[in-house]
Amino acid sequence: MSTGTIFACTGVILFAMGVAGVILLDHLLRRILAFNLMGSGAFLVLVGLGQRAGHPDPVPQAMVLTGIVVAVAATALALALARRLFALTGGYVLPPGDARDGDG
Amino acid sequence: MADPLPWLILLPLLWATGAFLLGPARGARLAIAGTAVQLWLAFALAAKVGAERTALHHPVGGWGAPLGIDLAADGLAALLLILTQLVALPLFVYARGYFAAAAASWFWPLAGFLLAGMNALFLSADLFNLYVTLELVGLAAVGLVAVGGQAAGGQLAAALRYLFATLVGAGFYLLGVALIYGTYGTVSIASLTPLIAADAPPVVGFAAGLMLAGLMVKTALFPFHYWLPPAHGGAPAPVSALLSALVVKASFYLILRLWLGPFAPLVQAAAWLPALLGAAAILWGSWRAIRAERLKELVAWSTVAQLGYLFLIFPLLGDDRLALHAGGMQVVSHGLAKAAMFAAVGVLIQVTGRDAVHAVAGVAVRLPVTLLAFGLAGVTLMGLPPSGGFLAKWLLIDAALARGRWDMVIVILAGGLLAAAYVFRVLRQAFLLPPSGERRRVERRPAAPLEWAAFALAAASVLVGLRGMEIVRLLGGSAS
Repeated sequence: MSTGTIFACTGVILFAMGVAGVILLDHLLRRILAFNLMGSGAFLVLVGLGQRAGHPDPVPQAMVLTGIVVAVAATALALALARRLFALTGGYVLPPGDARDGDG
Repeated sequence: MADPLPWLILLPLLWATGAFLLGPARGARLAIAGTAVQLWLAFALAAKVGAERTALHHPVGGWGAPLGIDLAADGLAALLLILTQLVALPLFVYARGYFAAAAASWFWPLAGFLLAGMNALFLSADLFNLYVTLELVGLAAVGLVAVGGQAAGGQLAAALRYLFATLVGAGFYLLGVALIYGTYGTVSIASLTPLIAADAPPVVGFAAGLMLAGLMVKTALFPFHYWLPPAHGGAPAPVSALLSALVVKASFYLILRLWLGPFAPLVQAAAWLPALLGAAAILWGSWRAIRAERLKELVAWSTVAQLGYLFLIFPLLGDDRLALHAGGMQVVSHGLAKAAMFAAVGVLIQVTGRDAVHAVAGVAVRLPVTLLAFGLAGVTLMGLPPSGGFLAKWLLIDAALARGRWDMVIVILAGGLLAAAYVFRVLRQAFLLPPSGERRRVERRPAAPLEWAAFALAAASVLVGLRGMEIVRLLGGSAS
């Protein structure tokens, strides 16, 4: 097993942990962290597999940089929304409910 | 403006920034003017694609495909570009009247970024660029759901649920892209298609599954639809209209593009799965729409149902292109009709002051134009001639019969009847007399542009059925 494959496998495991976190956790901050873990896993796969005969390939590194920018933006938006929710409800947990919550 | 491709992306970015700097009043005018130019560019692009019968390319900044980013437009992309600007323009006129000045300060910049992301998505030619545009569209859409002055707790919760759904969907897509790049060393759709056809190890099948599943979450295909009704039902009316009419179509466009292009050799055997989920979405979404108590909830569940039709086409795709034409017609007619319906419902809610189906009693007398808009949009959703929805369902039934799929014909017809049930529920209520206690309530008149924007969209959704040949011709030229 080459180093690249080890990185890629670790990445897939991290990604799966992140997905489980986003879906299963209640606390919004934990879910946002889990989303970041998910992203890191995908980036690790991208960089780990993107090696040609031991030489790093610059293209996936550029992609990961772009991906990090996107992840930072998404995290910032999620944090802003979570803070606003905290200010309104006093908690960092999404209220349980279906389509009926939200008063339009 | 010799080349419309880059300007379709740059223009909305420019007016979005302008609207941010100049404030909502001047921003609205800027947005409407910008979108009108984009509409003209989209039509010019479609004419060019139709005349040359091949895809147009544009290397961004003069850097070609291996190092730089290539933009490409074929018939399918041109159709969706026209639809996006065509729906956005009346909706912006509507939004200008709908929002009080303070509440709209974030609407115009976010709407501009949304349109820029959508146009870039339709024009992208490589998988990674598509990922970035997907995220741009998703983040702008989540921001729009939370827009509107004092956003309530429920609205914020809906925005957060939507954010997590869209992030997980895009995450799955990104992991798939990473695996594909690791296997083939390229993300360009054009160069991947022959590579995957020649040799596809199991990991590519896995990657394709991840990407399509992620996109289905973003398109809200049953059973991943859970985020859609609260997000679309909780947002302000112009935002709901943008999201339901356009944003879900962006990820569907990408599914269709991957399905017809690079993943064609991998997915043929699994084509029954999206169709099955689509059939479930039609029945379950329509049922929930019939049972809905709030108007916007009803329209949002109707979106879940109508998206189901789009997924019925996958087992029917073939050389005769009937199913592709049906999908294109459904995307266009549902986009126009759903925007009209949300716009009409927004007027009804403003006038009656309540978001409830039973509260519309008596509006037939006071708001004939709005109710007519709702009814015409309903005609398209039910699939009555001569509407675009009729043509879409007709083509779909034609394609299903050509392959002897009677089960699908039954689902399509049942979906039309169920749509009639929830549309007539609202119309019947509107013609009833209001309870005498409520008749004296002071109700403000809606601004005329609100009513007429909704009506224009609804009329377009019916009339597009008469322009079916142009759409079919445009799709005939699309690469597959």
